[in-house]
Amino acid sequence: MAYLQLQGISKFFHGVRALNQVSVEIERGEIHVLIGENGAGKSTLMKIVAGLYQQDEGTILLDGQEVRFGGPLDAIQHHISMIHQELMPIPYLTVAENIFLGREPLNKAGLLDKKKLIAQAEELFQMIGIDIDPRTEMRRLSVAQIQLVEIAKAVSFNSQVLIMDEPTSAISDKEIEKLYKLIFKLKADGVAIVFISHKLDEIFRVADKITVLRDGDFIGTKPASELDKDTLISMMIGRDLTNIYYKEPVPIGEPVLEVRNLTKAGLFEDISFTLHQNEILGIAGLMGAGRTELVETIFGMRSADSGQILIKGKEVSIKCPTDAQKNGLALIPEDRKKLGLDLKDSTGFNISLCDLNEFNRCGMIDKKTEAARVDDMIREMNVKVTSRKSPVVSLSGGNQQKVVLAKWLMTAPDILIMDEPTRGIDIGAKTEIYKLITKLAQQGKSVIMVSSELPEVIGMSDRVLVLCAGHLTGELTGEQINQQDIMRCATNQVASVH
Amino acid sequence: MATKQLAASPVKKVAGNLSKYGIYIAFVVMCVFFSIFNPLFLTPGNIINIVRQVSFNAILAMGMTMVIITGGIDLSVGSVLALAAVITASFVKTANPLLPVPVALLIGLLIGAACGLFNGYVITKGKLAPFIVTMVMMTMARGAAQLFTKGRPVTGLLESFDFLGAGFILRIPVPIYILALVVIISHFILSCTKTGRYIYAVGGNEQAAAASGIKVRRVKLVVYTFSGVMSALVGIILTARLNSASPVLGNGYELDAIAATVIGGASMDGGKGKVIGTLVGALIIGTISNGLDILNVSAYWQQIIKGIIILVAVLLDKKD
Repeated sequence: MAYLQLQGISKFFHGVRALNQVSVEIERGEIHVLIGENGAGKSTLMKIVAGLYQQDEGTILLDGQEVRFGGPLDAIQHHISMIHQELMPIPYLTVAENIFLGREPLNKAGLLDKKKLIAQAEELFQMIGIDIDPRTEMRRLSVAQIQLVEIAKAVSFNSQVLIMDEPTSAISDKEIEKLYKLIFKLKADGVAIVFISHKLDEIFRVADKITVLRDGDFIGTKPASELDKDTLISMMIGRDLTNIYYKEPVPIGEPVLEVRNLTKAGLFEDISFTLHQNEILGIAGLMGAGRTELVETIFGMRSADSGQILIKGKEVSIKCPTDAQKNGLALIPEDRKKLGLDLKDSTGFNISLCDLNEFNRCGMIDKKTEAARVDDMIREMNVKVTSRKSPVVSLSGGNQQKVVLAKWLMTAPDILIMDEPTRGIDIGAKTEIYKLITKLAQQGKSVIMVSSELPEVIGMSDRVLVLCAGHLTGELTGEQINQQDIMRCATNQVASVH
Repeated sequence: MATKQLAASPVKKVAGNLSKYGIYIAFVVMCVFFSIFNPLFLTPGNIINIVRQVSFNAILAMGMTMVIITGGIDLSVGSVLALAAVITASFVKTANPLLPVPVALLIGLLIGAACGLFNGYVITKGKLAPFIVTMVMMTMARGAAQLFTKGRPVTGLLESFDFLGAGFILRIPVPIYILALVVIISHFILSCTKTGRYIYAVGGNEQAAAASGIKVRRVKLVVYTFSGVMSALVGIILTARLNSASPVLGNGYELDAIAATVIGGASMDGGKGKVIGTLVGALIIGTISNGLDILNVSAYWQQIIKGIIILVAVLLDKKD
């Protein structure tokens, strides 16, 4: 019987299904890779195992015993540790202090025994073969070193299950080797290792077994030896395209936006493309490919190192979002709570915020006209809200997204950049947003749609750009816009940006 | 079950309104309380007295409210007030009036504006915490005021200057008119102008405001400058009222201004606050002092009671 058994795990977030009856078995001494597109539910599943979330349905068996964790501490006490994608070290404490946080050795007087603390850390590092001075402050370490320390911490808890969420996404090849060495050692010691990854090459190097998730569904678990890259890709993406994409062909117009050789060291390099009137341009790629950074740079939220941006044939200088707005650009950000909305204020406050100049009469806001326009917008966008005065924080994700869209449509932009426009919203709101995008293109606007959801990219785009590790690795049109070709470009191992 | 819910909902509604209008109710209750125990409390003379005393703190609190809505704080108001006061006073000495009164006033206000602008500039350009920057200004402006006067008060000022602090129009003290004007202007800025919206937006979510094309830096410069000007204004009125400007004038005033703002419902996290709330907050603080004075409560107890009232106000606001 497998050491860790997940049986029929389901999880809902605000009524949206994130996991649907997923069952996975993980053995001791195996490296089990969990793979799937963004939003497939990999991290959610593992966060349930690590006690960060509680499942709504299903059971977890650990060594044959049913367990249910109230929090991460519970999981750790059952010898399950998770190393998160975003590491959370305490920067001004030393490595040793970080590892033994909350269980510091004390001397007879009840004070911290620093000598013993260091000795314990050194002993631990020696045992698993890590070469870091435990007296170093955590902030002096590289991302890879922090990861090694986190693993050491897991070992110090005597972890029998170690979960790693994309551990190699931010570290160099040389450091990856060190990480692998440690992982293989732990595997030999009988630890069950779950490894979440996007990198196909890596997966085949480390995996004993591979489990594929898609849209919260369990697709299958197979030994790595029985799989190859193509099979894996088709398992990841092989779903039917349900017809929720209201794409209608529109004749493409003149170029409106030209990006030439745009470069930002470490994020993206030498990106050139043209956007036309009436066009919907999809930008695909895996997480961390530099898509969000690219569009934020175009919109003036970040500065580029070099390159040009031309609007309607004329070079423009966009140093801040205000400049971008003046040039007819709008950006619907990826993270609406962080960048899209002022959650402390009302729906109406948010909708008119970008366009207050329109209501400015001799320094005063004409509140009557403003209210009328906001109400029109709420109706037009079908935002489900009691009144424009309702706090925007009380709306559902889909309606909040409509508020962000409404806010930018108020400025009557020519070019709309949408970063993950349908992330985390229900199917009904998604459909409405697709209809809106199509309508905008018909009206002569140009749309850039960054998306991690392949069906959406395929269903909506006239043309697709694919980024991989900061490089433009593909420009696809017509028949080329299919899942296999996009995934091939997105996983293309071009020399990485460093 | 159903009846229980029906019964519970109006209670909940009342409780909700209680916290929404809590400070107004508290203010009224307080006034009733004091007037029962001392009939002198609700006389026109005493009311005017209270409002005049409150006006200094309330004007400072208007600037503070704007700063706090953006998510910042201004600790320098008391010191900037003193600096503006001593410099203005030095121009209008009876023995040697260097400048006409209006010009001296203008220079005083400009000094306040400059100090506020400096605060805003360093906070935005240096990306430093407002607490630190305005604390630095608090120390420096106080030092500059001491240096300028060699530690001695500036006395013997022109009588035409005194009007601003000690004068009356229709038997009502001039500072009350100035307060009314400042309240109207502040309310106008916050609720009727684009700048006002941006002030709330910056405090509500600074990153989203920037991503929405709002010039966050400019908004912050405006609020700190406004706060500086309000400080200078209070410095000038106080000097006119006392017919002298001491370099230690306004020591600790920043705390009363912050207290009035917080009692008035502003959130120290930013994004929330109202001019009328702050005004009532200042009135509550002033009324407590006055009412307890009339009831012969010791100054030591008054401080403790003031602390308790601030605490209760903030706790009530949390529930909202």
